Order: sequence, then structure tokens, then C-alpha cells
Amino acid sequence: MTAEVMSDVADPGAAAALATEAILHDTLHGSARGVVVDSPPGAGKSTLVVRAALELAAAGRPLMVVAQTNAQVDDLVLRLAEKNPDLPVGRLHSSDSDPYDKALDELANVRTSAKAADLAGLDVVLSTAAKWAHVKGVEPWRHAIVDEAYQMRSDALLAVAGLFERALFVGDPGQLDPFSIVGSEQWAGLSYDPSASAVTTLLAHNPGLPQHRLPVSWRLPASAAPLVSDAFYPYTPFRSGTGPGDRRLAFAVPSDGSAPDRVIDEAAATGWGLLQLPAAHTPRTDPEAVGAVAAVVRRLLDREGAAVSERFPDAAPLTADRIAVGTAHRDQAAAVRAALARLGVTEVTVDTANRLQGREYDVTVVLHPLSGRPDATAFHLETGRLCVLASRHRHACIVVCRDGVTDLLDDYPSTEPVQLGTVVKFPDGWEANHAVLAHLSAHRVTWTP
Amino acid sequence: MSLITTLARLEAVSRDRAQPAATVRHRHLSDRPLVFVPLTTAGEAGAPLGALVGTDRDAPRLLVVPQPRDRDLRFAFLAELADVVLPYVDSYGEAVEAAERTETDPETGKRVKVEVELCADAPQLIVPSRAGVELVRLLGRSMRFRRTAEEDPQAPFPAPPRVPLLGRWLTHFGERARVPGSSLLLAMTDVLSRHWATGQSSLEDQHLGALLAWIDPPEGRGGAEAARERELARDADGQLLYPPAGPATDPAFDNKLLAPAIEAYDRARSALAAAEDGVEADARLGELTAAERRVRDLVESRTLPTWRAVWQGLDLLRELPEGAHVAERWTRDRWSYTGHRERVLAGEPPQPRRDDPVTAATKLATREREQARLEAQEALDDPLVMAARRLSGEAFAGEVTDVVMTWTESRRPSPRPLVTVRTDDRPHLAEGARVYRSSNGKPQTAELVAREEDGGVLVLRVLDRMGRGREPEPGSVPEKGERLCFTLFEHEPRGGAKLPDPEETPWTHGGPPGEEPAAEPADPVTEEDIL
Repeated sequence: MTAEVMSDVADPGAAAALATEAILHDTLHGSARGVVVDSPPGAGKSTLVVRAALELAAAGRPLMVVAQTNAQVDDLVLRLAEKNPDLPVGRLHSSDSDPYDKALDELANVRTSAKAADLAGLDVVLSTAAKWAHVKGVEPWRHAIVDEAYQMRSDALLAVAGLFERALFVGDPGQLDPFSIVGSEQWAGLSYDPSASAVTTLLAHNPGLPQHRLPVSWRLPASAAPLVSDAFYPYTPFRSGTGPGDRRLAFAVPSDGSAPDRVIDEAAATGWGLLQLPAAHTPRTDPEAVGAVAAVVRRLLDREGAAVSERFPDAAPLTADRIAVGTAHRDQAAAVRAALARLGVTEVTVDTANRLQGREYDVTVVLHPLSGRPDATAFHLETGRLCVLASRHRHACIVVCRDGVTDLLDDYPSTEPVQLGTVVKFPDGWEANHAVLAHLSAHRVTWTP
Repeated sequence: MSLITTLARLEAVSRDRAQPAATVRHRHLSDRPLVFVPLTTAGEAGAPLGALVGTDRDAPRLLVVPQPRDRDLRFAFLAELADVVLPYVDSYGEAVEAAERTETDPETGKRVKVEVELCADAPQLIVPSRAGVELVRLLGRSMRFRRTAEEDPQAPFPAPPRVPLLGRWLTHFGERARVPGSSLLLAMTDVLSRHWATGQSSLEDQHLGALLAWIDPPEGRGGAEAARERELARDADGQLLYPPAGPATDPAFDNKLLAPAIEAYDRARSALAAAEDGVEADARLGELTAAERRVRDLVESRTLPTWRAVWQGLDLLRELPEGAHVAERWTRDRWSYTGHRERVLAGEPPQPRRDDPVTAATKLATREREQARLEAQEALDDPLVMAARRLSGEAFAGEVTDVVMTWTESRRPSPRPLVTVRTDDRPHLAEGARVYRSSNGKPQTAELVAREEDGGVLVLRVLDRMGRGREPEPGSVPEKGERLCFTLFEHEPRGGAKLPDPEETPWTHGGPPGEEPAAEPADPVTEEDIL
């Protein structure tokens, strides 16, 4: 089943179902040792993992699940228990204090332990890659599911791959690549470069593995999927599961004509808004931009928004837990949190792109990674960073940015050295940034303090 | 670049002199380092032109390749270099001390302590700049697979006896230099710019002369002006007054001075070869010696200023007191030296061309752990470094305003004192987050219980290092009025899990490996080898 055939299917639900069937078929009945699934933002990756886990368990194959963070593991355990409360599930955890979500203790069929031996014989055992790496001297599992495999480093896979015979690798290739805090140019170009992503190494050594793609994003609205697909997934396009007009955002309190209100209205109407501040070189925690972000969030809450979607045809209130602020750096996040606290907002999630990966909100407010910068480094140009920030929303995304980023991009093209033997990643951050800015410029509102 | 480094650089500009970026020395300096100032030939990768090398600042040994494209002369140079470096490296092998190492018992598979010998000190190689470190690596790579006539009688161009061994040691120094905080092989520019912030860019700091001009300008001169002169000033013949630290040379020197001298040497050599009788040969030998002398003088004139600059840098660094954790990191360098010495003595083959998957992953894990450890230890050793961490919200200092004793609610209650700290810093802390402080040299953990509105008052619950009893051991709990510094980062980074053995490389990484030859073959002879 090829991607082209799938995207020919008119109904997104049917296209997604076809893709899922093909993936499950290869996983359960295929002969390859591995199956790779690329999943764009919000394409139902977790749903797929849960479903594959249930089917593998039903087929009597002992299964281990490898995720990257404890929060991801806990989330999967809860979803599994919700789908099948009778399934015997093991949660392998670290020996730190408070190692897992206390909600797991409420579940009758979930056993938690810091020792793999205590969980032997359970249908499904879940843990983080870091914890799995400590498991030694056990009978290998017949099957594994590796979640967020594109965010897993090759060396982490090396540490756990001896534990399973076959595996399903699921992840989003467009998000942030794994990184290392020391230089690893020494190994660039080697098929097993320890700092590369697990999938890169896996495919370099096993080029014949079946690769699938989930073709529909259920999270991104019709206004966002084409842009995100074109800018970040130019060779593996996807579409939104909803059509134009299926999702609507309305506010009970009318606009007061201020810039934050106008950009909110623009975003509510079109899905995107750009609040542009005058060009300037600023410190990372640009007080004016941070203030603008906080003002937009404050107004989003004050104006009593209501979000109509396929999940809530009668409109759900736009509450603080449905809004998130995304930044590039932790100190920026801290500055936004402080600014929000001064405006009396405490419930809104404010975090960096790394920590927002895999999360979903109705409206996001993004402080552009290049706003106010005198230079564009590889960190700020990284495609995945912008992709994460621009693909967390179900309704609308408002970007706060200083003018002059287009010129900045032109002044600083990507200059990372090309290493022999490494696959050049497309699109590069420079191009993706331009594509997003070009689109946003049609939704620009100028900040007037 | 942290905010405080930016500030220090701005201050350096306004005061026209480098500003301290550290209050203690964060790298180990040997009492008897081996300084190595190499030069290479333009146009050919890794072809040495000459070097000054030695442990005595007043008596460097000058090594020169009068015709760098001649492979025999190059081997002669490397053999001479081996005669200087290898005895120096070996001289640290004799004095040993008893130490313990955890090893996996091959029979039981348990981790057991083994009594082993650890070299009491280790050699230290110092090159002027980062490019010098690269050259050490390149030389190591080019030599370690060579075969001597003894190892392979069939080899068409056997290497002099000790050259492959020198290659293995230089490779080891080069690999070790990639480990953060290691000091076996140091680049002077890197060490100096770790300890001082200049008013120029970090790229310009790679020029050793200019960097020293900022740190220690000549009497009555400003740093910026002196640095500019060191970089640009030329004499009437267009030669730089302060030659670059190498290993690359200035093109004006190459074209106007070096090329004619090498040509003269070539002519004298051909003339000697064409001599028809003894008398003529004697005269031409004299000419050849003179021509060689000329190249030697040129190389010496370009390396000696750098040689002096390296020693000046060492003097400056020695004025700083050594950081508290430097000795501990040097111990790991000693382990690394001891380990490689044992592998050489045991007759193991040279380091392979490429790391296998397990070795690469192990090295990366080690380096990441050492990087985290280095960052933590530098901050703990140096208030100026800690200030940068405090400024970026990764640490905070403050006064203890209250201590309330509480205990855990178990059958054997353990102390969990609540400590209130008032701070002017702005740490990025959420409730339940862990913080660490150094208590008698050991990290003590606490967690954030509450934070007051303005964020300046923090209530922490101390979690460990208070002894086994109900009452905490004296001195283990902070006291009211005490000034403390907590960090959000751990002081001793935890090691990751053990990776599989190379024989058990999984299928995802191309394993398991097949039967491979024990040692890699030498580099095949190419056309360039027989010019």
C-alpha cells in the first residue's frame, strides 16, 4: 500500500483506517524484523500505539513498549487501561522517589515495579528507554513498540535493542532531532553515529524495512495542515482530518481594537495571526515581546472564547488549560510565566518546544525563535523547533515576532558543514522559516503598545 | 555565550584589557609539560615542516624537514619526534600507586573490586592552538598503522622503529582531548580563553599572540591595539612581525622565504648526487649543509616566538590557584594514560580507524557525563562561574531565615528539615523540583516545597545526608543565618546503563559482527607514497 494510493481516498477517516490496517498487517503478519511508521503532528500516533499493543497482546505475543519520557509511558499505560481494563500491564519504573503517575495505582490490572523480573509474564510491559537499558539477563521479548523513535538517539536504541526480536518504530520525523551536549562530528557519516536518531541508524542497517505513513492530522485544522505539510513535510504530505469551517473559534466579548484583540480576531478567522513588533536587537527575554505574548494570552481568556469542533459541536469554552505558550529557550518561558503571573494568569502552560512535543491545545501563542536576534544559529534555525511550535494547536496559532526576521534569515543562511555520508535533511530550517513567515505575513497585525 | 561572558567581553573592550572569566585554574598543569609547536607545509595535508618540542623552556629541540615532500626526510622527522616524545611519555610509567577498580568478574558476572596499579602522574602535551590538536590527531592517524621493517619485512617503505608507537600515543592524546575537562593534551588558546574574556571574538582568540596581547599587554599599551599589531604588523619585507602560532604558516613567509630556501636545498642535494669525485662531493656537502641550515633557521625563527608565547601562557595560568576538583579530573587522565600504557605493553593492536557502534556510543556517553561533571565542578570551584549559573536561573544563593524540623511518617522516622531561604536570584524552579548544595564536599539534595509570591523566599525540604538516626548528624542541616548556594543541576552526574558487548551488537546497528581480522592492515601504498 503506497502513500499515493492512500491520499487518493477521499474521506480522511477511510484513508487513515487503510493506513492503520496496513501497518497492523505488517506488524502482526509481516516477515520483516522492524516496521517504521512516520506520523505527522496529531495523526493519531498514540492511538496507533495503543491499538497495536492491544492486538499484539491479543495475539499472545509478549510485548515491551519503549517510550522516551516517564510522562509518555504513564500516558500510554492510562490509555491502554482505558481501552482494555482487563489487560495485565506492567509499568517498569526507576528507583527514584515518585517515579510514576500516582493515577496508575488506582488501576487494578497495572502492576508497577522497579525490577523487570517482577513483571515477567505480563502481556505488556512499558518503560522508558533509559530504564529498559538497565534490564539485563532476561529472555528477549518477541515484540516491541518503540514510541517517539525519531526523538530517540541511536545509542539509546543500541542499549535496548537486545531485549526484543522484532519491533514497531513509531515517531514524527518533523519534530526536534535528538541532540548531544558534546560534539559528535567524529562519527558523522557512520551508519551507527550514536548521536543520530534511532530510525536513521535502523534504516541505514536495514534498508528493506517496510515504512508507513499516517496520512491525516486530526489535530491540525484545515487552515494549518497545508502550511505545516508544505513547510516541514514537503516530500511526505499529509492533510487535515477536518475541512474548512469544521472548527470555529468565537469570542463573547468583542474586540476593543487593540493589537492583541485584532490579532486574536485574525487568528480566530483564519487560523493564523502574526503580531509584529518593530525591528530591534533585544536580549533573549525581550521584555516588550514577552509583554505582548502575555497581553494576548490575557485577552484570550478575558474575551470568553468558545471553540466549536467535531468533538464539541456545541462549543467548548476556551479555558486556560486549552491555551499554551511556546518559546525556544527556558529563560524565555520563565519570563513569560512571570509576565503572565503579573497579569493574574497562572494556569496556562508555558514551555519550550522540547517540552511541548506531543502536546495539544486549542490555541497556542508562540514567541518566534528568531525574534529580536542579531544572528540565526543552527539551534534557532532547526526545522523541528519551528515545526513543534507551529503544530500544537487545534484552532489557531498566534506568533509574536519582531520585524526583520526575513532579512535576518537572508543574512544567515545555514552554514553547517556538510558531512560525508550523512543524509541531508530536507527541508532545511532556513527554507522552512521562510515558508512559515511568508504565510504569516498575510495575517499580520502591527503591535501598538 | 552566557550573559556574564558577554558582560566580561564588553568590560574587556571598555578597559582595553582582558577580564578574568575564572577565579581559579580549571585545568591541571603538569610541573613538566611537553610543549609541542609544530608547523606544516602548505598544500599537503599533515606534511610536517618542523617543530619545536621539549620540556625545558630554555632548550627546545628543533626538528626540521628541509624538503617536506620527501617521505624519507619526513620519516626521519617523525623518528626524531618519537625520540623526544616517547621517552617523555614512558617516564611517567614507572612511579605507580595502588588503586581500586571495579571490574566484571568473568566467571560470576558480578562487579568486584580489583587491586590495580595507577600511574602516580601522567604526561601532558601542550600545543599552541586548537589546530595543533587536530594536527596531533592527524599525525597519530598517519603513523599508527605503519609497519616497521621488523613487523613486516616485505613492506616497501618500512617506518622507522618507534614511529607506529608514536602514532598510537598521539592518537590516544588526540582522542582524550575530546573528553571535556581532560588535560592530557591542551591547546593553549583554549585554556587561556577559558580563564580570560577578551574584547575580541572567540574566533580571534584562536590567535595565541593576539590573545596574550589582551591578557598581558606590553607595558603601557592597550589590549586592542597590541592584539591588532600582533595580528597584522609586518616588516619592510612584508613578513609578519609576530608569526601565526601555526601549524599553518603565513603565505608571505612561504612564498618569499621558505620556497627559495627549499629550492636551494633541492639544488644542493642534486648537485651533491651529481658530484664526480670526493673533493667535489665534500664541497657540495658543505653547500647542502648550509642550505639545510638556512631552512632550519627559517623554521626556528617562526616557531620560537610561539614557543615563548606558550610558556608565557603557562606562567599566566600558573598564577591562578588550582580549582578544588581539578585533581580529581586529572586522576581520570591518569587512568586513561595507565590504561593505554597497559594496552600498548600487552601488545594490543593500534586503535582502529573507525569506532564500532558500541565503542562510539560508550565514548559519547562518557563525554556527555564528563561535560555535565565539568560544568558542575567548575561552578562549585569558582564563584565567578557559579555567578553565571545563578544569572541564568540554574542556581541560587541566599541566607537561611528559618529551619523547622520535621520527620518522615514511617516506623523509623528520618529527619526532613524544612529550610527557608531568602534569595535575590531568580532560579527557574517549579514545586517539587530537586536542588543540590555541597555539604562537606558531598552533594545534599533538597526539594522545593513552596515559593512565595515574589519568588524570593523558598521553602526547601532537605532529603539526605543527615545520617541514619532520628536526629540529624551535627553540621548536616543548614542553620539559621547561614549563607548557602543551591544548584538545580546535579553535582555528580549519574552514569548511564552499561551497553552490550561489541560481540552482542544488535541487528538494529548492523550486528552481530562477523569474524573480523584481529588487526587492521596498514594503509595501502598509494602513488603519492612513491613520488
